[in-house]
Amino acid sequence: MSQPLKFYFDFLNQSSRALYILLEASKIPFEAIPISMLKGEHLTGEFRDNVNRFRKLPAITDHGYQLSENVAIFRHLAREKLVPEHWYPRRHLGRSRIDEYLAWQQTNMGVATTEYFQQKWLVPYLQKTRPADNAVNLASKQLEHTLNEFEQLFLNSRKFMMGDNISYADLSAICEIDQPKSIGYNAFQNRNKLARWYETVREELGPHYKEVLGEFEAKLKGSGSGQQQGVAQAVKQ
Amino acid sequence: MSVSFLASLLGLSNDEDQLQVAFDEVLKRRVPSRQPTNLRMSAPIRYYYDLMSQPSRALFIIFRLSNMPFEDCVVALRNGEHLTEDFKKEINRFQRVPCIHDNGYKLAESVAILRYLSAKGKIPEHLYPKYFVDQSRVDEFLEWQHMSLRLTCAMYFRTVWLEPLLTGRTPSEAKIETFRMQMERNLDVVEEVWLEGKDFLTGSSLTVADIFAACEIEQTRMADYDVRIKYPKIRAWLKRVRQSCNPYYDVAHEFVYKISGTGPQAKL
Repeated sequence: MSQPLKFYFDFLNQSSRALYILLEASKIPFEAIPISMLKGEHLTGEFRDNVNRFRKLPAITDHGYQLSENVAIFRHLAREKLVPEHWYPRRHLGRSRIDEYLAWQQTNMGVATTEYFQQKWLVPYLQKTRPADNAVNLASKQLEHTLNEFEQLFLNSRKFMMGDNISYADLSAICEIDQPKSIGYNAFQNRNKLARWYETVREELGPHYKEVLGEFEAKLKGSGSGQQQGVAQAVKQ
Repeated sequence: MSVSFLASLLGLSNDEDQLQVAFDEVLKRRVPSRQPTNLRMSAPIRYYYDLMSQPSRALFIIFRLSNMPFEDCVVALRNGEHLTEDFKKEINRFQRVPCIHDNGYKLAESVAILRYLSAKGKIPEHLYPKYFVDQSRVDEFLEWQHMSLRLTCAMYFRTVWLEPLLTGRTPSEAKIETFRMQMERNLDVVEEVWLEGKDFLTGSSLTVADIFAACEIEQTRMADYDVRIKYPKIRAWLKRVRQSCNPYYDVAHEFVYKISGTGPQAKL
């Protein structure tokens, strides 16, 4: 059955996974439309005209209205659909605190996880080469720094980032950390608080998260064949 | 903000006196913030900012246009005032500007600050819509610009203007060209996609999206890049944004004009 809300995604992308899990967990009716960035399916003129003029993933069309950008889509859903309050709570200034985190993530953790993923996996995959040691080491240092900052600035003694209930900040953050973790990076070395938080979020998210993470990791393993028309820079929104 | 961080980390030396004089002049002519007239109002929001910072300028303009009273708390990034332990503990744990204190509630990140104040009814809806697709479109721009326009304009500015100032070394032509190409890929998107068929980025009237974008692009002026030469739509749009935001636009950019040596009238 066709739904007015269409979600275009690729699980190789952090934001695609976060929004997909949110949609499933919130039981919002939507049509899931997978797009392969590795095959360049988002770069066609048809995608630009019918889905998103910026040729970005994830993207939605809602009754034909086109929208991209993780946070803009999230806020659209929170405003227009029945998203449970705990994902974006109004009480106790939760919304502004989540907005603050998501803005920080975009220019800090998101940059570091994407850079590491590109240097360690994506560029070698596309070019059929071994990872460049210098580039991976540089990306690794940046990732070390940002994970330390994340742990110090945003994790506390509460169960989740914003308190006793999970929010979109937690969901978005765990999808970022999975990006390097799924290709062998140990994010939890000397970061006990981070490890505890990660396990707590994973358990709370339950089957939706496990399913999506499984598909992401299967993609990583199963991408040994197939065409490689994708553009590296397009993987991260 | 890496530009300011680098500037204060290494410490300005060559042009520090000049910057100090220019900055002091700007401050003297600052438009005084309005005092609250209702005695029962809570204390005005404390706004910590430096007009050298693009998002600081954007919020400054937005607050003025919104007639929102605030307490001026200028932070001199060039002196590393944001890097002290006191700043981290008392003002902003991220050690950056802009940030606000609202009766003890501390908030950082310009977009989060905007949304918080909008939720409190401080920002009029013509600048930041509260509902439906109107807000979605502004949000889409605010999220797009983070990793595209802001990042590349700041990198170009840093490479061409800030690093030579700090290190005394001139960047290679190849490096400048690389960063200019990256920046122009995003300016192309502004010119060809965001401004296609409309006067402002998200429709027929000014919103905060235009203010954030203009403040980012103006940063490149200090690096001797004239965006108007190659981009006629951006040129016309910048004029409209400035007209819509003045006198606050020119107040916010006075420092930029002074450093670049080009007032807004030049070659318009």
